[in-house]
Amino acid sequence: MEIKLLTEHYDKKEFRFIEGYKKLGGYETLKKAFSLKPEEIINEVKASGLRGRGGAGFPTGVKWSFLPQNGEKRYLLCNADEGEPGTFKDRLMMERAPHQLIEGMIISAYAINSPKSYIYVRGEYNYPIKVLEKALQEAYDAGYLGKNILGSGFDHDMDIYRGAGAYICGEETGMISSLEGKKGQPKLKPPFPAIKGYLGQPTIVNNVETLAAVKYIIRDGAEAYRKYGTEKSAGTKLFSVSGNVNKPGTYEVPLGYPLMDLINNECGGMKNGAKLKAVIPGGSSAPILTAEEVQKTTMDYECLAQMGSMLGSGAVIVMDDSNCMVDMLKVTLHFYHHESCGQCTPCREGTGWIHKIVSSIVNGEGRLQDIDLLEKIAQQMMGRTICALSDAAAMPTLGFITKFKDEFEFFVREGRSKVKEVRAHA
Amino acid sequence: MFKLSDEGINFVKKELARYETKRSAIIPCLYRVQKENDGWVSPESVSYLSELMELPEAWINEVLNFYTMFNKKPVGKLHVQVCNNISCCMLGARELTDHLCKTFNVKPEEISEDGKITISKVECLGSCDTAPMMQINDDYHENLTPGSAEKIIKGMLNGN
Ligand SMILES: Cc1cc2nc3c(=O)[nH]c(=O)nc-3n(C[C@H](O)[C@H](O)[C@H](O)COP(=O)(O)O)c2cc1C
Ligand code: SF4
Ligand code: FES
Repeated sequence: MEIKLLTEHYDKKEFRFIEGYKKLGGYETLKKAFSLKPEEIINEVKASGLRGRGGAGFPTGVKWSFLPQNGEKRYLLCNADEGEPGTFKDRLMMERAPHQLIEGMIISAYAINSPKSYIYVRGEYNYPIKVLEKALQEAYDAGYLGKNILGSGFDHDMDIYRGAGAYICGEETGMISSLEGKKGQPKLKPPFPAIKGYLGQPTIVNNVETLAAVKYIIRDGAEAYRKYGTEKSAGTKLFSVSGNVNKPGTYEVPLGYPLMDLINNECGGMKNGAKLKAVIPGGSSAPILTAEEVQKTTMDYECLAQMGSMLGSGAVIVMDDSNCMVDMLKVTLHFYHHESCGQCTPCREGTGWIHKIVSSIVNGEGRLQDIDLLEKIAQQMMGRTICALSDAAAMPTLGFITKFKDEFEFFVREGRSKVKEVRAHA
Repeated sequence: MFKLSDEGINFVKKELARYETKRSAIIPCLYRVQKENDGWVSPESVSYLSELMELPEAWINEVLNFYTMFNKKPVGKLHVQVCNNISCCMLGARELTDHLCKTFNVKPEEISEDGKITISKVECLGSCDTAPMMQINDDYHENLTPGSAEKIIKGMLNGN
């Protein structure tokens, strides 16, 4: 069953504007936050077990406590770059509930004592940016941003920064480079952004959904938040479901929710009653699950890790048996090759090679040794680059070719798809 | 010679003061130039912007060349960007793209002879639940079929 904690009021149009938002309890939690000490908020977030919703799942409170204990100016960056294929929940959150994000961000900024934050939004999101700009102005006019907010003595400024089309700017250090006005190339870690980030200052980068969730943790308390989810995966999560289901969309369910229930109950089952073939559970970087594996999958960090995949951004791509896996891998690899920023050789060359090899198989020119070659190259792409994009291309490659090996072999042998005619699109 | 409008020049001045560093104003200012230069950023507009912003041309070119939303060559009045990523491909995005290219007689990423349309294939636009989908200039168009997409574009071409 859906648990509408963050999404409770998403269907109400008034929730998008400050008056309606306040009528529905908005900005009350900010008042509560100012009655607490910053450390108390950090401790509450730690106790809630909240983990980052942007992909890596790092515990949010722990990340915040990495900030150096000195007077250096800190920045808070909200990651609204949302580029992981299959993901669209942050867009919904910004369009339907801009003030929820802003309130969560002010509370988070207060907790980490940051005077300035940016919301870095991907460039294509024109409409969400418009909604956010309006909301930001409303929040300034109402005195929730600026100097001495609500008489608390806390000052905070917030601004929006529009990206310009580069998936890699979703990677936190790539985002920092981009915000600094440079090409969005990731930087070597350590130092981590919490120590040395935007303009060399301590910086916390969190996803839209993570920062919005902070509001509810402070509103209801860590204990109440933990009522949802599992021991290691606390709370609710928004899943973006797309593909061959009857009702694709964004659904908020408690972590630990059975994947089959998400497909059958929330999404109305498979479209046209087709047979389920596979699911990519966490965005296109997450290794694919076979129909059999899907039956025993629950949507939480630990179960998906155990299945050799990951929860990622919560993008669930559901495939029926009309999909050719060789073709799907080709589409996926085109993306990673296109988005590699090019500064690490294994990533730049590797994504190019594996995309080329899979394309040649799709064109009917594959050789049997190509499948082993793919595996070898993918393995060499992992764990040796500046950021995780290289792994994000290699992991799904290994997933596809191990779990659907027969389809790859058939394609090489017969020069055509085992599933259907795949046209050689450029 | 390319020159921004007075309003555009004011915009650049404001952006230069808006962020912690002047350099951060490059992306917003390139958007402005693109808007006032029929949808693309020409080499001469980069020199112009470099002087206006008092920043090295190399910095501006670095940004221009890295980000895909800046067009380095002319594009059609209608820039049709069809998502060709996974969820959209599963639901017919490539067939849709082929249909549009054929109907409007252009190759992907190229501008039509009359300058009215460019059709590009782009990566996931964060609207996978309404696949297949496309973006035309600033707006999303969702739940498409080849027929419905063709109709939307024809309507816009006639409206222009
Ligand atoms: C290639 C790549 C792309 C990423 N894209 C995004 C993104 O679009 N949105 C996001 O929130 N995190 C993205 N991340 C994760 C960020 O680096 C970072 O971990 C996250 O923003 C931290 O926020 P969280 O702890 O709240 O999840 C990406 C990571 C990599 C390696
Ligand atoms: S792994 Fe790829 S995307 Fe990441 S920094 Fe290296 S080259 Fe760039
Ligand atoms: S795959 Fe097309 S919008 Fe996401």
